[in-house]
Amino acid sequence: MSSIGTGYDLSASQFSPDGRVFQVEYAMKAVENSGTVIGLKGSDGIILAAEKLILSKLHEPSTNQRIFNIDKHIGMAFSGLIADARQIVQIARREAAEYRQQYGSSIPLKYLNDRVSMYMHAYTLYSAIRPYGCSVILASYENGEPVMYTIDPSGISYGNHGCATGKAKQSAKTEIEKLKLGQIPCKELAKEAAKIIYLVHDELKDKNFELELSWVCKDSNGYHERVPEVVFQEAEKAAKQAMEADSESDTEDM
Amino acid sequence: MMNPPAFWQNGPAPGNFYSFPNMQPQMKPEESRQHSQGPVTTSTSILALAYDKGVIVAGDLLASYGSLARYTNCPRIFKVNNNIILGASGDYADFQYVKEFVEQKIITEECLDDGLFLKPKSLYCWLTRILYQRRSKMDPLWNNFVVAGIQDGQPFLGTVDKLGTAYTDKVICTGYGSYIATPLLRDAADKKPQLTLDEARAHIEKSLEVLYYRDARSFPKYQLGIIDVDQGVSIEGPLEISQNWNVAYSIKGY
Amino acid sequence: MSLALRPSFPDYESVSKHNNFNPYSDNGGSVVAIAGDDFVVVGADTRLSAGFSIYTREQSKLFPLSANTVLGCSGCWCDTLTLTRILKSRMQMYQQEHNKTMSTTACAQMLSIILYYKRFFPYYISNMLVGLDDEGKGCVYSYDPVGHCERRTFRASGSAGALLQPLLDNQIGKKNMLNAKEEPVSKEAALSILKDVFISAAERDIYTGDSILINIITKDGTTEETFQLRRD
Repeated sequence: MSSIGTGYDLSASQFSPDGRVFQVEYAMKAVENSGTVIGLKGSDGIILAAEKLILSKLHEPSTNQRIFNIDKHIGMAFSGLIADARQIVQIARREAAEYRQQYGSSIPLKYLNDRVSMYMHAYTLYSAIRPYGCSVILASYENGEPVMYTIDPSGISYGNHGCATGKAKQSAKTEIEKLKLGQIPCKELAKEAAKIIYLVHDELKDKNFELELSWVCKDSNGYHERVPEVVFQEAEKAAKQAMEADSESDTEDM
Repeated sequence: MMNPPAFWQNGPAPGNFYSFPNMQPQMKPEESRQHSQGPVTTSTSILALAYDKGVIVAGDLLASYGSLARYTNCPRIFKVNNNIILGASGDYADFQYVKEFVEQKIITEECLDDGLFLKPKSLYCWLTRILYQRRSKMDPLWNNFVVAGIQDGQPFLGTVDKLGTAYTDKVICTGYGSYIATPLLRDAADKKPQLTLDEARAHIEKSLEVLYYRDARSFPKYQLGIIDVDQGVSIEGPLEISQNWNVAYSIKGY
Repeated sequence: MSLALRPSFPDYESVSKHNNFNPYSDNGGSVVAIAGDDFVVVGADTRLSAGFSIYTREQSKLFPLSANTVLGCSGCWCDTLTLTRILKSRMQMYQQEHNKTMSTTACAQMLSIILYYKRFFPYYISNMLVGLDDEGKGCVYSYDPVGHCERRTFRASGSAGALLQPLLDNQIGKKNMLNAKEEPVSKEAALSILKDVFISAAERDIYTGDSILINIITKDGTTEETFQLRRD
């Protein structure tokens, strides 16, 4: 960021001479400061997993959730500033409700993604406002087909088979690439998702975290919901075992 | 005062194309705002009876266009959530409008994911306020709603009409049913205050049959909604009213 | 052209068939209140009806507003539901703003204003507000739908109001009698007159019946009592 301090980073409505919008890039920095969130496409649905960092022991568990319901069939996970994300959740919900009122059926994710990314993009155009400091993952299971999109603070969106945002997105992506996405059933995939979150968690920098797991799949009748307690326990157990096995092999190497 | 000359003398008034002889002059624009024309596509009675552990609600599947039996598959009893069944008689379009926003309310509530669900008394009160507001605007929703549910382990049965007149009782019938079925069901409920589900069901079926003989806007295909403390919500149907017209041969003197 | 020969074209009829919507309904019900020196009793029947239908036989028409104020309503039930809801929240707002409960006399004034506020689309309710005044005496305020308010010692209102008021005038007011004038009634006498007049009302008025709910307000608070009437 050699251009910091040159004055081109004070407003989202101004390019720098080399064609960048610094405010948007700073917003992406805000995203990278928060816990990792991943989304994985399985054969019969999608798993969303979040590493919710616990900043204080005084916080109650299950507050400040990182995964939300947008409609019956759509889930959203985010990383970045929670207050910003909540606003995105709110407009996504309104968009979904409006679509349902107009057309009498649930909103296709492709359409919702268009609307939400347009909205986020609008916040990168004006000097008086700042871009949203969050990336979101939208997931649904429509007509037997898992669909997933990610949206950046810039308003760019991608369709994904697997995705990661937040602190450890690089290492998470490396792990995700090892999986056979689109082929593993969601029940199995829940374990993989938990493993990745545990693996990329940096114990030295952030002590405590809470795993959040949700799915939208055949088993949940196409509804987005938190994974059932049994599945959650199994996934967390698998993740912890994998971590132990890992650390044992580490010590053997030494 | 300026009095501009008529723009088009002897021509049709704005908004009019033809000038038939003896036609009434058109209404003045300030009088043209007219609400509450009355119901168009209507459905007849809803019968409801509270028994010891729940509530049973019945309504036929006919939507009439005046005296014409126009649509014969119009369900008007639906499950709101695991606590509530809503039934309606009167204008079918108004019912569909209400159904839509009640369902959206449920989705919005599910999205919050706080483990709380709409309770029957709350829905009953909410509908009362909405219907009262509409009547105060002189633009009523032309319906009678019947809210059946379980709250705090107790059966709840309440009704609201197009004015916002609301009350609860163990027996509630709307439309023609209030004249024919209410006395039968009240009699049954008075004789045995704690009816079982089977007894309640038998009484409702008998009342439907009597009502079918006498109400010219009724229909032999119906739905039955049951909400039970133990068994939860079920909507049965289409069911058939048992009928026997042999009695007709014994009627003489007309 | 004579009227009989004039052709009719129903399809081109331009006068709309207007289904007149009436925002009011008469749901019946009677309220009777009698005040004494240190108490007030108020009774309302529990029948809610419309036309020849009885909606329910057990609808309370008495609304406690505070520990020593009760409102009795009869008339248009949907308006009653709305008005009492507004009053309830106004009572709460007063409590929270002043950290004390609104007095019966203040309630009476507030009700009058709330009713008059809807002068041109009134709440179609006969209201009767009862309670104890600042000296602890029983008081009865009766209203018309647009907020006219007057304080009395006894009053009958609602569907059997016109039937019962003369009866009360005679029994309690001792009106038009030689060598007799109104004296404060005892609680027991008031209660027994109240029940008697309701029995009479149930005989003649189809909108009054099923049972009565009675509230007795004294300095110690409010007690409830019920009494069966004929159910036909």
